[in-house]
Amino acid sequence: MVKPNETGPWLGESGTDSDIVLSSRVRLARNLAGVPFVNRASDAARNEVVGMVRRTPLFAAQNGPLRWVEMEDLIDRDRHILVERHLISSQFAEANFPRGVAVSEEETLSVMVNEEDHLRIQTLETGFALREAHERVNKINHEFESSLEFAFNPRWGFLTACPTNVGCGVRFSVMLHLPGMRYAEELDRLRRAARDLHLAVRGFHGEGSESTGEFFQISNQVTLGTSEEDLLEGFCNDVVPNLIEYERQSRKALVRKKRVIIEDKVNRALAVLSSARLLDADESLNLLSRVRLGCALELINGPSMKDIHRLLLHVQPAHLCALTGVAMDDTDAAQEARAIIVRRVLGTE
Amino acid sequence: MKCDLCDKDAVVHELIVSNGQKREIHLCAEHASAQGYAGPATSIPKEIADKLEENRPQKRSRLANCETCGLTLAAFRRHGVLGCPECYHAFERHLEPLIGRAQAGATHHCGHAPALAPEHIDRQLHRTRLLKDLNDAIACEQYERAAKIRDQLQNLEGPVESERE
Repeated sequence: MVKPNETGPWLGESGTDSDIVLSSRVRLARNLAGVPFVNRASDAARNEVVGMVRRTPLFAAQNGPLRWVEMEDLIDRDRHILVERHLISSQFAEANFPRGVAVSEEETLSVMVNEEDHLRIQTLETGFALREAHERVNKINHEFESSLEFAFNPRWGFLTACPTNVGCGVRFSVMLHLPGMRYAEELDRLRRAARDLHLAVRGFHGEGSESTGEFFQISNQVTLGTSEEDLLEGFCNDVVPNLIEYERQSRKALVRKKRVIIEDKVNRALAVLSSARLLDADESLNLLSRVRLGCALELINGPSMKDIHRLLLHVQPAHLCALTGVAMDDTDAAQEARAIIVRRVLGTE
Repeated sequence: MKCDLCDKDAVVHELIVSNGQKREIHLCAEHASAQGYAGPATSIPKEIADKLEENRPQKRSRLANCETCGLTLAAFRRHGVLGCPECYHAFERHLEPLIGRAQAGATHHCGHAPALAPEHIDRQLHRTRLLKDLNDAIACEQYERAAKIRDQLQNLEGPVESERE
């Protein structure tokens, strides 16, 4: 269904502020009224939820915007390809009950049915484009709302399985590349500021992941007592622009004060990626992060942003498996295959 | 233990230590009352006893469950997820502080209602949003804006909670 050899437009290289913001995501959590939440529903009830969602006009229309995929029909590798492309969560990939995901052709829209909540509707855009992502998710949400009754309570708002997601049930997030702040040793400050502003800081793989390669996902934690629009304005007018500005200033200061050190880091990273015979996934992300910084600061005449983004996906286990045929649990073979793929893109194979 | 003055069971026990000498007193209810000792629970005025009973920690709350899906409070505390929309009513008292902590103190939704929600819910949410805006305006000393919001609130049907106070 997805094409592992391509990156998908949401991980493009021409988005707004894409030197720092890789992608923007908006996700809504919704549950159907009168139906137990997924963790407490029988398989019959879960199947009924899938049926109710699939009977909505969005799915009934021929050539509609979404394609339906039953998770049970996918092999383990393909489920993890969807995880690596941020279309589903790893918890959803590992579950063993009736569930499915609807994905748009260009992979910028996905609807998980029977994740922690009955519906998790998300849109992904390349670069800093939260407003566009919000507009699209709203449009799809309105279409669902016209035919499905969502669990709602005037005090708590949209009711979710985890009570900390109530209210508008929306999660705005941006994937940021912050090597400047990392090398300026400002990450602790970032985490403290995020805590004060009730923002979550996660790693490249989202919930539960540590930061790898200076990639950070920043998202709101508060969903109650504020509207989606107010949250969006806060992200678009304050949170993200301030982080972008701070990272730009940090990068400039690094080039001004420590140019040789940064050039050394970037060139060493490129040299290892160009020559290594064995690479593991996290090491690759760390090295690609440095090369990405060199590319953004025009310190090297290396690969394009597009190639770097493609490699960010291709070095991950399920993509590697799909592209090379190497088994996901064969770590040694995977390391060798990963190094070959990287050298091929960098033109050193 | 028997009463010091008769064969009945003692209900009042007193240990007196004076000048290094220890003396024990054991009395039945009748002899204790005759000698001016307050008896056990019967001597507490009924209204105080009722009040104490009212305020006693409710053992049943630990065993609370949702009548719709059967989720117990203990299971919710273990896994952190609720079983159905009705759990929000069943566990409301326990959810309030938890949600307040997770949501920076917020206690009420003020976003939009789903398209299929009844009209009165829309009005209620509109009122919640206006009250929030009113508080924001007053906090920022934007009194003209606050007056406009107050007019909007007054134009809404029904009494406004903050104005009743």
